[in-house]
Amino acid sequence: MTTLFYYLIFPGLLFVLLVGMLASWIERKVTARVQWRVGPPLLQPLYDIMKLFTKENVVPQHAHLLAFTAAPLIAFVSAGLAATIVGMSIFFPEASFQGDLIVVAYLLVIPPLALILGGAASANPLASLGASREMKMVLSYELIFWTAILVAWIKTGGTVNLTAMAGKGAVAGSVSGAIAFILMLITIQAKLGRVPFDVAEAETEISGGPYIEYSGPLLGFFRMSQYILLVTVPVLVSIVFLGGAGIGRYVILLVIIILAENTNPRLKITQCLRLFWFILFPVGLIAIILAILGY
Amino acid sequence: MNKLGILTKSIWVFHFASAACNNCDIEILDVLTPRFDAERFGIKLVASIKHADAMLVSGIITRKTAPMLKEIYSMAPKPLAVIAFGSCASSQGMFKDSCMRTVPVDEMIPVDAYIPGCPPRPEAIIDGIVKVMKKLNGEL
Repeated sequence: MTTLFYYLIFPGLLFVLLVGMLASWIERKVTARVQWRVGPPLLQPLYDIMKLFTKENVVPQHAHLLAFTAAPLIAFVSAGLAATIVGMSIFFPEASFQGDLIVVAYLLVIPPLALILGGAASANPLASLGASREMKMVLSYELIFWTAILVAWIKTGGTVNLTAMAGKGAVAGSVSGAIAFILMLITIQAKLGRVPFDVAEAETEISGGPYIEYSGPLLGFFRMSQYILLVTVPVLVSIVFLGGAGIGRYVILLVIIILAENTNPRLKITQCLRLFWFILFPVGLIAIILAILGY
Repeated sequence: MNKLGILTKSIWVFHFASAACNNCDIEILDVLTPRFDAERFGIKLVASIKHADAMLVSGIITRKTAPMLKEIYSMAPKPLAVIAFGSCASSQGMFKDSCMRTVPVDEMIPVDAYIPGCPPRPEAIIDGIVKVMKKLNGEL
């Protein structure tokens, strides 16, 4: 019963969803202010979700019905589970367990995989293209994600418990930790599918990619999982690299994400892969060596 | 608040450019610029008809685009507001005697609002948005 409460209400789905909507509003508002516009009202993300749940749900004629319907739900449920485990380590430190970092990192891969599944199942050429690009993006950024996590793991003396990692202080204070933190900032941008790494979605180019055939409630579930990820991923990075999560640290990370989003053009998929594998990965290796040497 | 009331808080617009001369299309983008900023009302442009709550049809319906318009309308998740944008879509405008024209938009699919002009001014577009909102709220 308490497990269900943790998962559904606090610090799980409901709580993180509300924070995610607020974060999404901040994102849209800051974007608007950067462009000298007024921007949407505070409750706009809530209106969007409520509206999507009143709309008709259209399933394409040739789509695979089960995969098409299940994909948004899988994304939503697993993002919520990742958020719950991260939230537990902050609000109920005694409930966090050895290895929860690894569980969260694996759970955070499931929403992109669900997106690939949904895009490939929707029988649309642009959606297939988007799914294929998303696959390449996962291959690119996960390598750097784990490299940066490895540096933090070495610096905190080989612990994979989120509460213990937060207790060891800010990893980003050391030389290798700072390099890993910068790599992680770039990875967040890719993990959240934000510009300059939004090749899979690419509204202006392939019309939203995997999302193109989704409408109504199913699109609503995808959007809600995005809101959850917008909270979970920066908070996770803050715990691992900045020695704990706090409102101030989260807002700073969020604003960095938003400003990077608004001041960069979209990269091509080949450029993304080359950047992550051949430029950032060697840097990550240097960081690992520095961490082993104790810098 | 009725079911359509929430729709007026967040209208996502799909733009169907049916043989338009591009002036209407540029005016649509003008409404999103800092001077008018339609995002204040939750309005944004989407790239797929499956995400749309409103469809702007600009330009005359030619023989080539008529079947596409019908198909796109049947694909859209309802409720969907259709807006005839500019003189061409509303009444065929200067192309009324052209050999390639078919019919005005409202003879093919149900239209909720007309925005006149060649091209319509951004103020006229915002007026059209208000009309659509009132219609969805049941005030018109």
